[in-house]
Amino acid sequence: MLRLEPRTSPSHAMAIASPVIAAVAMLVTGFLLFRLLGKDPVEAAYIFFVKPLNSSYGLGELLLKATPLMLCALGLGLGFQANVWNIGAEGQLTMGAIFGGGVALWLGDSSTWWGLPLMLVAGVIGGMLWAAIAAWLRTRFNTNEILVTLMLVYIAQLYLSYLVHGPWRDPAGHNFPQSRGFADAQTMPLLFDGGRTNWGFLFGLILAGALWFFSRRTYAGFRLQVAGLAPAAAAYAGFSEKRNIWLALLISGATAGLAGICEVAGPIGQMQQQISPGYGFAAIIVAWVGRLHPIGIVLASLLMSLLYLGGESGQMSMALPSAITGLFQGLLLFYLLAADLFITFRLRNVRTTGQPDQAPAAPVAAASSGGPGATPLESSP
Amino acid sequence: MSPFVPMVQSTVVAATPLIFAALGETIVEKSGVLNLGIEGMMLVGAIAGFAATLATGNAGIGFVAGAAAGTAMALIFAVLTISLQTNQVATGLALTLFGIGLSAFVGHDLAGMPLPGMEGVTFPVLTSLPLVGELLFHYDPMVYGSIILLIAVMWFLERSHAGLKMRAIGESPAVAHSIGHPVVLIRYLAVMFGGATSGIAGAYLSEVQTPMWAEGMSAGKGWIALALVVFGTWRPGRVVLGAYLFGGVTVLQLFAQGIGLNVPAEFLSMLPYAATVVVLVIICRDPKTILLNQPASLGRSFYPGT
Repeated sequence: MLRLEPRTSPSHAMAIASPVIAAVAMLVTGFLLFRLLGKDPVEAAYIFFVKPLNSSYGLGELLLKATPLMLCALGLGLGFQANVWNIGAEGQLTMGAIFGGGVALWLGDSSTWWGLPLMLVAGVIGGMLWAAIAAWLRTRFNTNEILVTLMLVYIAQLYLSYLVHGPWRDPAGHNFPQSRGFADAQTMPLLFDGGRTNWGFLFGLILAGALWFFSRRTYAGFRLQVAGLAPAAAAYAGFSEKRNIWLALLISGATAGLAGICEVAGPIGQMQQQISPGYGFAAIIVAWVGRLHPIGIVLASLLMSLLYLGGESGQMSMALPSAITGLFQGLLLFYLLAADLFITFRLRNVRTTGQPDQAPAAPVAAASSGGPGATPLESSP
Repeated sequence: MSPFVPMVQSTVVAATPLIFAALGETIVEKSGVLNLGIEGMMLVGAIAGFAATLATGNAGIGFVAGAAAGTAMALIFAVLTISLQTNQVATGLALTLFGIGLSAFVGHDLAGMPLPGMEGVTFPVLTSLPLVGELLFHYDPMVYGSIILLIAVMWFLERSHAGLKMRAIGESPAVAHSIGHPVVLIRYLAVMFGGATSGIAGAYLSEVQTPMWAEGMSAGKGWIALALVVFGTWRPGRVVLGAYLFGGVTVLQLFAQGIGLNVPAEFLSMLPYAATVVVLVIICRDPKTILLNQPASLGRSFYPGT
């Protein structure tokens, strides 16, 4: 009989295998789902996962859509490590876009070298300020950051809606809720010709390196990790919980804000009512699938980007609703969480009848492991 | 006619889905489980209820379908968090993201179709009373259902043996387990109950409040319900009071527009979300309030051992 039992120490191999298992399980479910919908699963899988990558333009789009996911997820991953649950990256992204986009609209047609850098800085500040509200309320009033960051998403989106319907609306725009387009000097330079990928992707890679260095090689990063892994030890060592909360929220706000301004100054090129198809929420999944590790997050953002592209491709070629992307995203996270079980637990073939020689060994091992809920005694006759 | 009567009526209708979702979550959290997936369960309940009512023409069947869909969603959560020990916060978020995707996918072809809405109950004599009748006896059956649910939940938590057992599990699953209470079973039941009420809350949105289906139509109400549980310090009576307060805030925004208050509509729409933040600050300001009322094992996995 197969039985679940705690491992003596977490399995590193399983920690890396689990996202792969989750992705495969998601694909299998997708196969079944397509069959259920009466579509040819092989053709659907091709349209969903291969066709978008068939051209150099498609590959560029993959990097383009991965950029905001990567930027948001890198910051979020840092916070999740420290048990700080910023789930409002979507709102910080929106605020970053509003701050940076405001600068772009203020600059108008002027073409100065400092215009774009100023926009980027403004975007980062916008995201940080929005996250700072949650950090302040959490550290000063003990208010749960999950709910606050989420409420701030709705407020930021409504504020953006007000701006593009009111003060920022392009007078020559036939009453559409959008601003005038940004001048060329106020848009992000492209990375290669013939695509839409811009410098934002580079920012993501640089940020991944910087955050890896921060969390593995600096004292502040170490404190964040300890706070997540062993809160009691962190408190005993005198690490300030408040400082960790501020740090985690400010960094994740800053990266989300950068994602926001890179979107409006990049592929969008103006302010409009919708600037993100939920990148900030999908980034939560990216952070988990990427194991909260910068390299993993870069890879996971490419996978998630492919889900977005696949959703668009399926919508165009097979008339599937694009919401299927959200469905796949949720499934991916479910499978990942379930597969993660085997990092700390393992399946063992346990004989139910006749337990002579090897039986005594098991309870001792469990007792010394100190694994979750390891019971020292198994009172069998 | 004064705006007083329609204001009260709209407040009650706005509060009803919050009551269903928040009372269910109160039970879930009292058992020590934190399910952040209310928003997702509500949306799936909303589309299930809408589709069932559209197909059968019967609002009651819609609510049953909504409850069943919400329960099914909650069951996924229960298997993951209770049996497979996954992180409750991450799993709850996954449930919400999954629910948003699933409901949008299933409801793609149903967007924009109208439903007739639900007729009010008529009580003999009472409904025709002048002011009182209009204020108290003029609603759809689910409004009265929410009050019955409140009484049932209060009785269960404070007067019943099973409720006492469940609260013990929420405080200390290890102790409850050691004296032989079925921790896993009771947590499963609690989570599924929360799923059913969230599903009903969602179905109320798509069948009664705005009788139609739109992607993401719950617009954060699931999260507000979570905040209401904290606001009510895990006590059903206060949770419901909070829901009516929030219903009032939502309605205020409609009436401010009605009387020509010169504030952009977007700012008024921010009110419920801003109010949620303010309310959380007021309640959480004193850490003791939370410590004393929050179930001690909330959000922690329990592994019953071998």
